[in-house]
Parts: sequence; structure tokens; C-alpha cells
Amino acid sequence: MNALIRIFAVLHKEFLQLSRDRLTFGMIVGIPLIQLMMFGYAINTDVRNLTAAYADETDSHLSRQFIADLTASQVISMQQRVNNADELMALLDAGQISIGVYVPNDFDRRVQQQDRSVAQLLVDGSDTIILGVAQQLTSVPVHFDSQVPPARQGAKIEVRNFYNPERRSAVNIVPGLVGVILTMTMVLFTAVAIVREKERGNMELLINTPVRTIELMLGKIIPYILIGLIQLVIILSLGWYFFEVPIRGSGLHVLFAALMFIATNLSLGLLISTTAGTQFQAMQLTFFFFLPSILLSGFMFPFDGMPQLAQNIAEILPLTHFNRLIRGIVLRGADISTLWLELAALGAFMVVALTLAVARFRKRLD
Amino acid sequence: MNAPAIAISAHGLTRKFGSLVAVNNVDLEIPAGKIYGFLGPNGSGKSTTIRMLCGLLLPSAGTATVMGMDTRQESEALKQQIGYMTQRFSLYEDLTVKENLRFISEVYAVSRAQRKARVEELLTQYNLREKERQRAGTLSGGQKQRLALAAATLHRPKILLLDEPTSAVDPQNRRDFWETLFELAEQGTTILVSTHYMDEAARCHSLAILDRGVKVADGSPRSLGENIDMRVIEVEASDPNRARLSLAQETKITSITQLGVRLRVLLPKTLPDALQMVQHNLQSAAINAEVREVFPDLEDIFVAVTQRRRAEVTP
Repeated sequence: MNALIRIFAVLHKEFLQLSRDRLTFGMIVGIPLIQLMMFGYAINTDVRNLTAAYADETDSHLSRQFIADLTASQVISMQQRVNNADELMALLDAGQISIGVYVPNDFDRRVQQQDRSVAQLLVDGSDTIILGVAQQLTSVPVHFDSQVPPARQGAKIEVRNFYNPERRSAVNIVPGLVGVILTMTMVLFTAVAIVREKERGNMELLINTPVRTIELMLGKIIPYILIGLIQLVIILSLGWYFFEVPIRGSGLHVLFAALMFIATNLSLGLLISTTAGTQFQAMQLTFFFFLPSILLSGFMFPFDGMPQLAQNIAEILPLTHFNRLIRGIVLRGADISTLWLELAALGAFMVVALTLAVARFRKRLD
Repeated sequence: MNAPAIAISAHGLTRKFGSLVAVNNVDLEIPAGKIYGFLGPNGSGKSTTIRMLCGLLLPSAGTATVMGMDTRQESEALKQQIGYMTQRFSLYEDLTVKENLRFISEVYAVSRAQRKARVEELLTQYNLREKERQRAGTLSGGQKQRLALAAATLHRPKILLLDEPTSAVDPQNRRDFWETLFELAEQGTTILVSTHYMDEAARCHSLAILDRGVKVADGSPRSLGENIDMRVIEVEASDPNRARLSLAQETKITSITQLGVRLRVLLPKTLPDALQMVQHNLQSAAINAEVREVFPDLEDIFVAVTQRRRAEVTP
């Protein structure tokens, strides 16, 4: 009974402080809003309008048609025409173009012979995504009207695009953003909430009262669970409204997965708070954890494409598991029970972090 | 009335921070219902000792018992008995006066019926009624101190540990504060207060003088004066500056402190003819002065006991 009163006391105080801390309050709503808009519109893995230039040494009807076809693909945007391959190379070196199209002076003859390459793409391959796009361009057909089109080479494989037929990046980004934003805000808020009390000297008073460690931690965590849920609703509803990201699975399953993930992150925040002495240290530790979460969790790059070691590291990041959960439920309409392994991973992470945090937190100053 | 029971006792209390010995082998016997002072300069180990007594720091060696409970083993049970006022204001600056007190009352799990009444009582008692809706961060030094004391006494602790409570407070507020302390002591609360003000130390029933982690003397202000092995000679001269320079030649004098036109000269008690020596010194320098032996005040005691220790430490 007394324990409940004390938890409620901490809880009540935390809400009062939150309601007076306008900056934090603004961040709760502002961070998901701004990041959703920013990433939703900015991150686009479907590349278009790469800067390009061409050198057409043939300048025949066919070669001009060829350049026009490439431009019509919208993958590249022709900036200028130069005289020869060397000038293309110079533009590429200077970083003014990403792709150079070189049409040699025997272009027409090469097209007729059919077994030789007809033109060359000079590609800035330092960005592998651009290289991948250049590969698409090689499938643009080139032949004289009078020529019999070459027979299709062997059997072709058909691609059927499930869950995201329009190939919109936002469909993958928005559910992923739920996890990224929750990681950032939840870990940081709890870590800072406790460290702030240390910094301001409140902790010395607090640990001299009968309040127990677990009561203090619960009182600190519960308000942020609610905040996390508010953020979840903001992101998913805005994602649905602005980016037409569907929620195919059950809302209840989304809620449950999010609750698990929020609790896991809060435990981690508590753990950080037991190590950090100042709010700045808490912030640094949070980012030490946050960056790999973004880069390795499958939010930005496909998980399967990473080397084994990186995959192993990613497996111990809660965000990796949450990404699988939320994408599974939201995009594929998966039932949460089929993803129980991911839930178990989150649960295990939470138990470990919370146990360590409670064990490390001392009601002492030394 | 019975002989006063011992509320706080410590034996060989020691605390090290790395190679620094902050508190060195301190013994304490503090009777219940009294105001006991810790007098010492900054860094003398006052705060560290208080923090060990309330279980915030573990002693490196030695034991301490508060209200019969071991600070190491029973620190949680002790927290209901102890009220602790930190050196730095440690209530929430972004909560109002009343919200702070309500929070403390809930944390100490004062019963629901009593909670409200107790908060109201304290608001009146500590003259915070008009400020109850003001954020604690915007209070003056004296108001903050009253709020901190109200919070520390909210759960009616038997022991009150006050760590330099008056360091940010004007003289009038200090006087009021001490009146409150005497009232609390009369009601049976044992109060341990650390300070570096001599006048505050003089108000305590008894005190310990700490110097660089060591307790160099303890007792009532009166008995401390009787027991030091120094005598104090007061010199009132028309030209105190010259008198001071002249006396400074004398190697047997332990210390000379100037207070306006007067000099307080400390000499070892073992010196048989101290008064004559001072008179002779001044006469030979042709300085007109009135010389008399006086009872040592706390500052003299403080200088005497810390000087002696310095002599012991650096022979």
C-alpha cells in the first residue's frame, strides 16, 4: 500500500514537472512530427534524375533516338553535350555528373552487328546505389526500325511486388520510423530524467527518503510509456494520412508490440542513467546506442545484405526486432503470434536491462 | 528526568576517497534531544560525516549507530527516523512550495488523513503560507531554507541532520532559524548541525571541532574553553598594528588575531609568565597598551586546537 502511494507520488511529481518543461513537451510532439515529414519525403531509394552528360560521336538518327530514349526513362537528366570521352571523364572527375553516356563514332555499325556493346556508360560508382541504377539503363533497347528485334535471350523471370506495389519508400520508412523515434526519445528521456535529478541535487534528498529503487524507477517510467504511445499514434496516423501507409494488421497487436518496445527502451534509459553523471554524458551514451540502431537494424539498409558480424550485432539491438514486428504487423498484416520470437527477444532485453539498472542503482552517493 | 540517552554514536568512523582521507577515525557520542554542532572549515569532513550517519555513504572503517540502528545494516529503517537537510537546496525548483511538501509527505507515506493537515501545519509554522503557490526555484535564500527545514521535519523525525543550513541566509533569517531549532530540540529532536560560523557553533549544547577529517576537540563551548592548553591575552593598543608587529617577534606566541583595535594573543598554558612577557615586549617597544587575560571564545579555541594539530602533523 505504502509502495503504491510512493510510486504514485513520483508519478504525480513527474507529470507536474513534464507539464512545466515546455521544451520536453514540445519535443514529444515535435520530434515525431518533424522527423516523419523529413524522412517520409526525403528518404527515397527509388532514384530518379541523376545528373548526366553525353558525348555522341556518331550523331546519327539512331544515336539521337538512343539518347532521347535514355532521357525519357527519367532516371537520368541530361545536363549537357560534350565532344568526346575525355571531356565526359573530366566532368565525372569534377563531380558535375554522376553518369556519362559515350556513343562511339561506329555506333550504327555496332548496333547492326548485335554482338558488340553499342555504347558506354561512365558511372560514378562510389555510390553503389547509382551503380545499381546504371544497370537499369542497360536494358534500354537499341535497334533500327527495319531490323528484326533480337529474340529474347532465354527464359525471363517475373517479379511480383507484394505489400508495396507502387514501390514507395515511405511504406517501408514510416513503420521503421516508429521504432527509430521511440528509441531516440524513450532512451534519452528516461536517462535524462534520472540524471537531471542527480545533477540538480534532488537525488541526495530522494535517496534519503524511504522510497525504494524499484518504486522510483516505476514512477519514472510510467509517464514515458504514455508519451511513447502518444508518439506511436502520431506517427502511424500521420503516416497513414500523408503517405498512405496502410495498417494491415490488428491495432491491438501494434499496441502490444509498441508497449514491449517502449518498456525495453525505458529500461535501457534507466541503465544509462545509472552510469552517466551528467545530462551530457547521458546524451552521449544514448547516441552511442542510437547510431548503430539506425544503421544496423534494417531501418535504412536491408538486414540480409549486411555481413554476418553486423547481423550478429544487429540481433542484440532492440530496434532490429521491433522493426520486424512493426513492419510485419503494419505492412504484411501478420499476426503477432507468428512473430513471437521477436517479442521474446525484446522481453529478454528488457529484463536484462532492468535487472542491471536496479542492481546498479544505489541509494547511496558512493 | 533520566540521564540523556545517546542518540548518535560512532566509533573509529573513517572515510577515504581514493588516497584522500576525508574523515579519519572519528568517535562521537551525541545525547538525545540536544543540538550538537560540527565546526570546521570547508573540506574538514563535516558533510562526509553527516552523509555517513544517514547512510548515504558507507564508512571505509568504523561503525555508526543512530537511534540504536546500525547505519550500514539498517539504513532503510533509519530513513523514517532521520530528517536530512542537504547543503545545496535539493527540493524541486520547478514545483511549487506546496507541491514539494505534498510530494515529501507522500514519499514518507504519511497517512492520507494526516498528509493534508501536516502540510497545512508546516506552511503556517514555517511562514510559507503566502508562498505556497510559488515555484521553489524563485524563493529567496531564507525562504528556500525554511522550505527545506519544513520538508526535513515533515515526517517528525527523531534525528535532524543539517548540513550547513545557514550558508545562504541573511542574519535575521539565521536568528529565526536557530529559534526554530531550539523549539525542535525542546520537543525531543536530536539535531546535528554543521557550520563554519563561530556564533552558530557557540549556540550548540555541545560541539565537535573538525580539522582535515580529524575531530580535534569536543564538548560544550564552555568546557572547550576551559580545557584548551592555551591562554588568551587581549591587548588593547592605540596602535594595534605596531603592537602586532612587535609581538610577532616573540617565538613563544602561538597566534595573534586582530579584532579592530584589539589583539587576541594565544600562548601555551605551559608558559608560566605569559602576561608579563607580553607586557614586557610591548613596553620595550614603547607601545602603550592595556593587557589582560580573558576567557577563550570559540574562535580562540578553534585556532588553538587546529594550531596544535598542525604542529603535531608537521614537526
